[in-house]
Amino acid sequence: MNATEPTTAADRNGGKLYGLLAEFETSEQMVHAVRAAKEKGYRLMDCYSPYPVGEAADALDFPKSEMGTVMFLGGLTGAISGFLMQYWANAYGYSLNVGSRPYFSWPSFVPVTFEMMVLTAALTGLFGLIAICGLPCYYHPLFHSEKFARATKDRFFLCIEASDPRFDPVATREFLNSLQPLSVEEVPE
Amino acid sequence: MATTVELDHRKRPPADSGLPLEPEMHPLVQRPHTLVSVGEALGDIVFKPHPRGWWLGFLAGFALLQMLLVAIAWLFYMGVGIWGINVPVAWGFAIVNFVWWIGIGHAGTLISAILLLLHQKWRTSINRFSEAMTIFAVMCAGMFPLLHMGRPWFFYWLYPFPNVAGVYPQFRSPLTWDVFAVTTYFTVSLVFWYIGLIPDLASLRDSAPKRIQRIIYGILALGWRGSAIHWRRYEKVYLLLAGLSTPLVLSVHTVVSFDFAVSIVPLWHATIFPPFFVAGAIFSGFAMVVALAIPIRRWYHLEDFITDHHLDLCGKVMLATGMLVCYGYFSEVWMAWYGHSLYEWGTTIERLFGPYGWSYWCLIFCNLVVPQLLWSRRVRRSDFWLMLVSIFVLIGMWFERYVIVITLSREYIPAAWGRYAPTIWDYATMFGSLGLFLTLFFLFVRYLPMISMAEMRELLPKNQGGGGGHSITENAP
Repeated sequence: MNATEPTTAADRNGGKLYGLLAEFETSEQMVHAVRAAKEKGYRLMDCYSPYPVGEAADALDFPKSEMGTVMFLGGLTGAISGFLMQYWANAYGYSLNVGSRPYFSWPSFVPVTFEMMVLTAALTGLFGLIAICGLPCYYHPLFHSEKFARATKDRFFLCIEASDPRFDPVATREFLNSLQPLSVEEVPE
Repeated sequence: MATTVELDHRKRPPADSGLPLEPEMHPLVQRPHTLVSVGEALGDIVFKPHPRGWWLGFLAGFALLQMLLVAIAWLFYMGVGIWGINVPVAWGFAIVNFVWWIGIGHAGTLISAILLLLHQKWRTSINRFSEAMTIFAVMCAGMFPLLHMGRPWFFYWLYPFPNVAGVYPQFRSPLTWDVFAVTTYFTVSLVFWYIGLIPDLASLRDSAPKRIQRIIYGILALGWRGSAIHWRRYEKVYLLLAGLSTPLVLSVHTVVSFDFAVSIVPLWHATIFPPFFVAGAIFSGFAMVVALAIPIRRWYHLEDFITDHHLDLCGKVMLATGMLVCYGYFSEVWMAWYGHSLYEWGTTIERLFGPYGWSYWCLIFCNLVVPQLLWSRRVRRSDFWLMLVSIFVLIGMWFERYVIVITLSREYIPAAWGRYAPTIWDYATMFGSLGLFLTLFFLFVRYLPMISMAEMRELLPKNQGGGGGHSITENAP
């Protein structure tokens, strides 16, 4: 998904930058870098790694995911609507007298209520994750970077975004260089 | 006991000390793999030409699939009369195969969800292809009730939907619960599998040699970048899905057992059925996992990841669940005798020594006698013997469902007794469903990474570039 020809920041969008991308060899270096950047006052930044690095998310002030709430609400909606659907269908929509049992025989509605809860919670989880993460996102400035392909393999990245109020193309680059990265690269918008 | 566990837990070095979390007697990854070599060993499989074993498995499965298609076409033309089903045994092979396949699927969910919650790190080597196995097994399972309906094109009548006739399903029936349970199970398994695949698809996108591969994997990966924020959300969803799948898998086979237990047929109407069915499901499912893992790791040289230790553990799970199942067999006979019910005991005698008694002893041999070999460490660590035991278990668990279904042939009134004999179309559909399973499974092995790369990278020790274990249960707030 990378751009095929090498691009520089200057020849795209009139030199407009998305950010500065620093490449690290280990997750520890990346975590150290993001903590240092946070101390410096940078806020608009993100880390990229081939496997989850919880310390990085903590340093980015994202200690707790909202997905639990999302899935809970999804599951609750499914359970309630599943139960009401059965109640309506068997008591009003198509009331069947089975062995003189009450139309609203709620204990026999429990299994389907549970299944509906799990189903909707899982689907909200999938679509919620995709939506909240802004996926599918087939165009992203970071994909311009040739090196960034290794973020899904064996490299750890920190990107400080140009929209950060403290961002300065020269000072930020110097700061990132002081963290002993493998490389620092300008990412065009 | 609890205090010991806690003490052990406290003694463990902190995750960031660089030390391995536990002094591993059996390393879960052999040889010093790195982040790159994990990708080369697991991901590049889909870019390379395939070993002869793959062609063997795929073509065998594909040939059986053609048989299934012929059998289904003839069924649609002629109707279910081509099967051996009759009035006392109205379900026949269709439900036997349905329960057998859905049971096989359960091991995949057990491995991916329950073992995750129990911090069993060895699951990482086998969870991806076990989840795939679950999905394909549930597809095979779902096919049978649909074909058995006689008019499969009206399958959507099983679901409540607004219709002119104003007819809705009867929600007091376990058969309706089954529709919801199996549909939910299939959907949730697919969601769980796909979410697990997203980071690996991104990895394939970034390492694929051909443009078309980059495009296809890229589309499927949804533009995943491995952002720390996304990972945190991802881990939360993954953990919650594991938490939801755990009661789900138990509920699905419980509902399947209700199909029998809620009836008043002697030996079916038993409270032991739900746990007995769940244990049997996991028993046969692990047998299928082992039967797939042994050839696959040999053909693809994955001994570094699926070690003898992994198969040893699978053998132990099979032994434990096998003993649970055998307790169920004992309990059935015991309750029939102790309960002093004429019909229960009479049906038991018919089951053991009646016209289909041979199938009961087949099941006892396959499920009780043969698995005793698993007490031996040498058997659990031998490809040949473990494979042999697994195949016996798969056959034995099929016979278990056959024995249960054939109970219908002799129950209350002798005047209503009958016989059941499957026809060639029953066999064609049954072995054909194996063809569907094998075809799908080998296509999966061909096009998707069969062991999770992201999780395997995370599992690597810190000094090899990995995360030194899984953070998902410890670090997914």
